[in-house]
Amino acid sequence: MARVSLKGVRKSFGTADVIKGVDIEIEDGEFVVFVGPSGCGKSTLLRMIAGLEDITDGTLEIGGRVVNDVAPKDRGIAMVFQTYAIFPHMTVRENVAFGLTIKGVPKAEKAEKVAAAARILQMEHLLDRRPSQLSGGQRQRVAIGRAIVRDPAVFLFDEPLSNLDAALRMDMRLEIGKLHQQLGATMIYVTHDQVEAMTLADKIVVLKDGKVMQAGSPMDLYHHPANLFVAGFLGAPSMNFISVDTRSVDNGLAMVANAALDPIEVATTGRDIRTGSRAILGVRPQYLVPSATPAEGMLHGKVTLTERLGAETVVEVGLNDGSRVIAAFGEDRILAPGTEIGLAFDPRQAHLFAEGDRP
Amino acid sequence: MAALSPGNQGVRLAVRYLVLILIALIFIFPLLFMLMNSLKPTEQLLADTSSLRAFLPVGDLSLDNYVDAFKRAPVGTFVFNSVLVTGVTVIASLFICSLAAFSFVFLDWVGRGILLSIILATLIIPFETIAIPLLLIVSKLPWFGLNGLEIGWLNTYRVQIIPWIADGLTIFLFVQYFKDLPSELVEAARVEGASWWQVYRRVIMPLSGPVLATGAILKFLVMYNQYLWPLIVVQEESYRPVMVGLGYFFQLNVAWGEVMAYLSLITLPVLAFYLALQRAFIASIASTGVKG
Ligand SMILES: Nc1ncnc2c1ncn2[C@@H]1O[C@H](COP(=O)(O)OP(=O)(O)OP(=O)(O)O)[C@@H](O)[C@H]1O
Ligand SMILES: [Mg+2]
Repeated sequence: MARVSLKGVRKSFGTADVIKGVDIEIEDGEFVVFVGPSGCGKSTLLRMIAGLEDITDGTLEIGGRVVNDVAPKDRGIAMVFQTYAIFPHMTVRENVAFGLTIKGVPKAEKAEKVAAAARILQMEHLLDRRPSQLSGGQRQRVAIGRAIVRDPAVFLFDEPLSNLDAALRMDMRLEIGKLHQQLGATMIYVTHDQVEAMTLADKIVVLKDGKVMQAGSPMDLYHHPANLFVAGFLGAPSMNFISVDTRSVDNGLAMVANAALDPIEVATTGRDIRTGSRAILGVRPQYLVPSATPAEGMLHGKVTLTERLGAETVVEVGLNDGSRVIAAFGEDRILAPGTEIGLAFDPRQAHLFAEGDRP
Repeated sequence: MAALSPGNQGVRLAVRYLVLILIALIFIFPLLFMLMNSLKPTEQLLADTSSLRAFLPVGDLSLDNYVDAFKRAPVGTFVFNSVLVTGVTVIASLFICSLAAFSFVFLDWVGRGILLSIILATLIIPFETIAIPLLLIVSKLPWFGLNGLEIGWLNTYRVQIIPWIADGLTIFLFVQYFKDLPSELVEAARVEGASWWQVYRRVIMPLSGPVLATGAILKFLVMYNQYLWPLIVVQEESYRPVMVGLGYFFQLNVAWGEVMAYLSLITLPVLAFYLALQRAFIASIASTGVKG
């Protein structure tokens, strides 16, 4: 079991800086998810932890030991790749046992460990097959099995489920969650998928352009995003950003409004918001509710588009000042395009950002 | 696209087979010519060449030409020498060149890009231009053998083998093939604790069936057809390969029947090699299925 700690970690490929000073503390047994847009450096960071890319600057500690210059095999890690990377010329059994075979583990012990891993992953019946005879989900299981048998202190996953279809992805997601509970090992998991991030993570690290935007528990990030990027990145549909004028600021509360928004007081949460300045009001679509009676902070507009999903109705509203917001109502509703609509929200569920909060 | 009616498809199939049969015939005719004529006395052979009879087992057939060929030259020795030199070179070459390519593709060392370009540049140098300098070199090279230190490699097997082991083309073949293998396989093996040698031995080589077969065939052809090099470095009959041996049959009177018999004999190892490899080749493709 091991803590993982990154201090001022940087990576350059030639002149291209890809990771630009990253500090992350990962506790023993924690499930940490790296999320971020494509190309932000998630895989690179994970590969640096694995030892597949060397570290240009900064220190990486695993289990209290600096491992910058330690070979991958001596870092106590196991890695599961997006493309599975199982060896096509070996049977499932040989694949799972590969690391043990290399280490020269005695036959009996090896068989025992492979059997135990196969039991955990429910793939005992697949052991004598070849990878070409497996489905995508089964291949991923083999890759995970190969990681489990070596009993690593840290598991690294690089988008392990992205090649699977939606249903299978959900099954495997639950299984990985269970696996984490069962093994109690530290896990670092890279994904594009918000649901995976929100459900699996003890801690989410949001990355952008090789920098950490925010790190914290999923709910912390969801309810208290540190900046506009994190606010917009987590949650689906993503948060509405409404450009507003600040009428007054008093005691941590700012009175904001615009042509389509009736005045409302929202907490500034310590951000640099001053009377007379522009600010950005963030409200998640789920917190916008249709209101027939005038209310504080009412948004006025016309329905432009409705998507009925059954349990939920997603509505696009063109506001009177020309901007648009998305609202998600937790019920089935019929709203014809062109319908006048007023949307209200609880200011405690709204976020106010200064222009400077754009990373 | 034009509709694929059953009739239309039938015609296509017929045309395809016709073309394939034609190509097969083009390749088979010389072999047939050689084999049939090796059974005929020279006078009949010369008379038959003007007609289709040259390809048919007709007239006065016997194995006399074979008997005479063995009388004229140590055919067994020549074939043995060629098979030995070719076999050793092919195996050593696949090993050395694949190792070289492995280090070019998977290991990180300074200057590998430049060195690889230099090796690839050697592909355009014809052997004839370096034959004489090479001869001068090998004639002075030392060797530690059973009789202690010797100087000069002339009249040996090693002089026919060692200069031919490493070559740019084979390295290039392996480099191209290795580059197309998914790099995650190597990375996964590394993370699992495999040394570079184990990566080569347990991951890369088992997946290299197709390129090993290709490399082996190309090398085999080069080695089995060696003529100029053994001609200048081997004067002793006991080390001569088959192509140099062909000279024994082109004396004042060319005995064409014997030539055909000799050619038939020296073709046998080629066919055996090719058939063996073809099976291995197909098996390796079928079993690995490199596709993810
Ligand atoms: N070997 C390399 N040489 C040069 N640049 C590289 C190399 N590997 C990655 N990069 C660059 O580093 C950046 C980050 O890449 P990385 O693969 O870490 O992104 P990612 O966050 O994993 O993206 P994705 O979500 O698409 O997988 C990209 O801009 C990429 O082009
Ligand atoms: Mg990636």
